[in-house]
Amino acid sequence: MSEAILTATGVSKHFGGLTAVDNVDFAVRPGEVVALLGDNGAGKSTLIKCISGVYRPESGRVIFNDVDITHHAPADIRSRGIETIYQDLALAENLDVGANVFLGKEVTRRLFGLLPVTDDNYMRQEAAGALDELDIHIPSLTQKLVNLSGGQRQAVAIARAMYWNAKLVIMDEPTAALGVPEQRKVLALIRSLREGNIPVILISHTMHDVMAVADRMVIMRRGRVVANLPRADATEELIVRHIVGSADSGENAVMI
Amino acid sequence: MAEGMAADKTKRQTLVDARFVEFLTKSWSYLFLLGLVVFFSLTGTGFFSVRNFSSILTTSTLIMLMSIGQTYVVITAGIDLSIGWTVGLSSVTTARVMRDLADSGADVEFAMLAGVLGGLAVALIPGLVNGVLVARIKVPPFIATLGMFGIVRGVAFLLTDGQQVVRGLSAELREALRTIGNGSLLFYIPDRGFEWFSLPPDLPPQQLRFVSQLLPYPVLITALVVVVFAFILARSKFGRHTYVIGGSEEAARRSGINVDRHLIIIYVICGFTAGIAGVLHLFRFTAGAPQAGEAALLSSVAAVVIGGTNLFGGEGDIMGAVVGSLIIAVLQTGLVILNIDSIWQFIVVGVVIIIAVLVNQLQTALERLQSNV
Repeated sequence: MSEAILTATGVSKHFGGLTAVDNVDFAVRPGEVVALLGDNGAGKSTLIKCISGVYRPESGRVIFNDVDITHHAPADIRSRGIETIYQDLALAENLDVGANVFLGKEVTRRLFGLLPVTDDNYMRQEAAGALDELDIHIPSLTQKLVNLSGGQRQAVAIARAMYWNAKLVIMDEPTAALGVPEQRKVLALIRSLREGNIPVILISHTMHDVMAVADRMVIMRRGRVVANLPRADATEELIVRHIVGSADSGENAVMI
Repeated sequence: MAEGMAADKTKRQTLVDARFVEFLTKSWSYLFLLGLVVFFSLTGTGFFSVRNFSSILTTSTLIMLMSIGQTYVVITAGIDLSIGWTVGLSSVTTARVMRDLADSGADVEFAMLAGVLGGLAVALIPGLVNGVLVARIKVPPFIATLGMFGIVRGVAFLLTDGQQVVRGLSAELREALRTIGNGSLLFYIPDRGFEWFSLPPDLPPQQLRFVSQLLPYPVLITALVVVVFAFILARSKFGRHTYVIGGSEEAARRSGINVDRHLIIIYVICGFTAGIAGVLHLFRFTAGAPQAGEAALLSSVAAVVIGGTNLFGGEGDIMGAVVGSLIIAVLQTGLVILNIDSIWQFIVVGVVIIIAVLVNQLQTALERLQSNV
């Protein structure tokens, strides 16, 4: 098995008296889809935010590509290649695909060799290329995102991460707001990331998604990692038992 | 398979419909303006004349300048209620600086230049405070600028010692102001042809009322401001970031845009264009008046809305505000020419605003519908 690209060791984060993440070890290897599972309040999102730099863990270390990024700023962590795609996607839906792929990093050209203007055609073409690589077709590149479907918007968010050379993609409930065909499309996108050797951390409540794409399941409960199962060993029942906590008391514990 | 094709067809049809609606929502204000001009030209004697059009353009400059800055603010889902009084503050400050410098023996030209710079500079202050309140302290724009509305109003009247105008402008100064404020780059005199810069001194006074101003200075200056700020909004990175913030402030922050700084600059721009309006007002009417922009505030917001800028942010452009300002100015003049009580102008403008918002909502509703297909 190859060397881990991301390693978090002994990470803890408290909010007042509440221990949200409690001495967690977590690793991701290249080209691996890791599902992060757990009930609400289990600490998944907090752990993710400790990795993406939104929160500063009180103890523990986060190493990415042999660099200690533990207390780095979110922007710095992003520039090192960890892209987080949140549920709200962080897109400007009043603008087109090109503008969104280049959000905050707009490319300009000189009008009459003098005035810097946004190079919209270039950005649209580059965005189209990024979408092509993900096998996503969007009817018109000049369409505002508000006119696209939920799955297409998700694809734009992923294409943006890919375009800026994401080396690790974190996705928070990517299929939650989508219809079934769109969910399939997003799962296909996750697979194509894996084929491109880009690891994905997938937070999901949808057991079907997790079973369909994840190579490994990390299950959290009350801030701790309670199970780390390879896909081959994971059954829906076992996962649920870990999530609700009844697996601790043995194989034959009764689920109520 | 057949089902899929049918779904495909509906989808395409909705797309076409949406584009048609988008075209209509984008252009209805242009068509409406055209319709108004045609209507008044056919019904009002003297409406269709170069002289009248030039007067309409000059009238529209106050609202137009205010609506330029307002457009930026509204695109970020904000509003600036204070600029009506910023116009007055700038007008009063410019007048006072000019008067005091001229009285203390400075050249009229120098006094005027210093006054203009002073008036423009002072207009940036309420904008800056608004920006800091909105961006850094997270005061809702409506409240922050409403507070500033009162403060700027008070300061403007303090500067005139409570009077309606700044007293004591010398005759020489007033004449110099009038020359620019009511001047034109190009005149047309019937039977004599075109004249640049100024009217010939031998022109008989009775012929004066037949002279057409083809390029009045206030219109030229406003046109320049329109071009600069329309360009920045439509083409520059700064303009793009303005739309991003209006679309999703969260997305803007996460993409590394310095949202706070950007918002502050936008409120400063809004103060700045109001400041230009105040300075121009002084030049046109040769009196520094605190209430110079009072009535124009709501008209400027109306112009922005009529022009298709979405009050919830993310959409709109300067040309819309220009057309909106022209619609209001055409209505004002046209109703006067038709001899209709000017009170009707409020009612008509009110109706137009509501139509504008309805058209905008129609578009939003269609977009929703389409994204759910």
